[in-house]
Amino acid sequence: MLLLNCPHCGPRNETEFNCGGESHVIRPSLDCSDVGWANYLFFHHNPKGVNLERWRHTFGCGRWFNVARDTISHNITAIYSMSEPRPDTSNGCVGAEVLS
Amino acid sequence: MKKYSLLSLASTGFSKRNWPQAWGSRPLQDAYDVVIVGGGGHGLATAYYLRKNHGIRKVAVLEKGWIGGGNTGRNTTVVRSNYLFAESTQFYEHSVKLYEGLARELNYNIMFSQRGMLTLAHSRHDLDAQRRWANAMRLHGVDSDLLDRSQVSQLAPALDCSPQARLPVLGGFIQRRAGTVRHDAVAWGYARAADALGVDIIQNCEVTGFEVGADGVQALKTNRGTIKAGKVGLAVAGHSTMMADMLGFRLPITSYPLQAFVSEPLKPVLDTVVLSPASGLYVSQSDKGELVVGGGLDLYASYAQRGNLATVEQVLRGLVTLFPSFSRLRMMRQWAGIVDVVHDSTPVLGRSPVPNVYLNCGWGTGGFKAIPGGGWCFAHTIAKDEPHPLTAAFGLDRFARGALIDETAASGIAH
Repeated sequence: MLLLNCPHCGPRNETEFNCGGESHVIRPSLDCSDVGWANYLFFHHNPKGVNLERWRHTFGCGRWFNVARDTISHNITAIYSMSEPRPDTSNGCVGAEVLS
Repeated sequence: MKKYSLLSLASTGFSKRNWPQAWGSRPLQDAYDVVIVGGGGHGLATAYYLRKNHGIRKVAVLEKGWIGGGNTGRNTTVVRSNYLFAESTQFYEHSVKLYEGLARELNYNIMFSQRGMLTLAHSRHDLDAQRRWANAMRLHGVDSDLLDRSQVSQLAPALDCSPQARLPVLGGFIQRRAGTVRHDAVAWGYARAADALGVDIIQNCEVTGFEVGADGVQALKTNRGTIKAGKVGLAVAGHSTMMADMLGFRLPITSYPLQAFVSEPLKPVLDTVVLSPASGLYVSQSDKGELVVGGGLDLYASYAQRGNLATVEQVLRGLVTLFPSFSRLRMMRQWAGIVDVVHDSTPVLGRSPVPNVYLNCGWGTGGFKAIPGGGWCFAHTIAKDEPHPLTAAFGLDRFARGALIDETAASGIAH
């Protein structure tokens, strides 16, 4: 079981949340190629290690936020708001296994 | 290969001598025509059909652990072909047909028990959808029978079919040729038969990188040295992304844990596989008497082969809701396998962006039933460098073309 620290409500049980998949995926312009659009929709990172992902406190405040979570240990190393830029993963504090 | 028969097993059993090794441990060679990465059911079946159907001479299967130790040994052993779309139905039906003849083909008892798979309808909408689904199967030549509540109750008396049930059973449909197969025997049977044809099965050999030249892959780097390869087939399920990362391309895969549970053994109580899409539960009784229980995917991506407690609770809640008499059962074991989930829950089988590298992945929660068919079509794809007609729609290019085959909605279980 994860104890997720919602930035708005504090620590809550994982059953109150939904995971929305990879964060920081940037939508290409609408005149992009079919391959570019497929990459945006389907071809995401699936790292064995730290993953940067979006979570929603569905059964609480209903708001989205970002989480850095290790996909093997499930350790959460960072929680930050949707508007914050992708954190620097090179110094190891969020993990070195994230692909750029 | 020493042929197994009643006579040979009896004589070897009584003499307790000369049990032949089922497959050899041959030395690793420097170069192969085809190297298959992943010694699960799909990898071993592919190697077998590469030799048997296509006569490829030098074939190796590299497995980082032991053969059949991944998802092949972690699934709930159900085999079926009750899909909705033509592409899926025809492919999985081919696989079920191969399973029907597999024990004889491999000279290995895979214990295919065609006890049927019953899908329950809990609402008027379910009944309507199942009528369409079951008829679509029949149009594709796959057996299916619609059942009313009394027929369901007769088939599975332990089900709570009373009108006041939390999930009322209004009916269902059954594929009678579906059933369960001994999962380990599939890996071992293919390994033994492939070994007899000269395939090198190399265990404890982990791939750590690839050498790629201008005209495609040339060699694999492993913990046992560099191996030259004409072609490489990847069949590593939930870890396909690790291979793609090494080769420098992306896959439309997210890796999730899928859990299963086994109860203490019981006297015979359930002689069919029961699936309830509404509660996300399916259950069958093994030949040993244990109930084998499975549910949906875990709630978030993970490579931890242990599983999430919220999912355990949901699946077991479904079990005792449908079968109130099972509420006193003790569960003996719980485990998880890491499955490779694709957005449209249809596998990826075909060429990769790197020349001479081929993909067999994206099976999600449904890879076990697809082992013979997947191996058959993947061997064809590798040997001829073109897709098998049954898997032509399963290529990686379908995502850019928008030609998804969305079985998540169609076949009732998201995988």
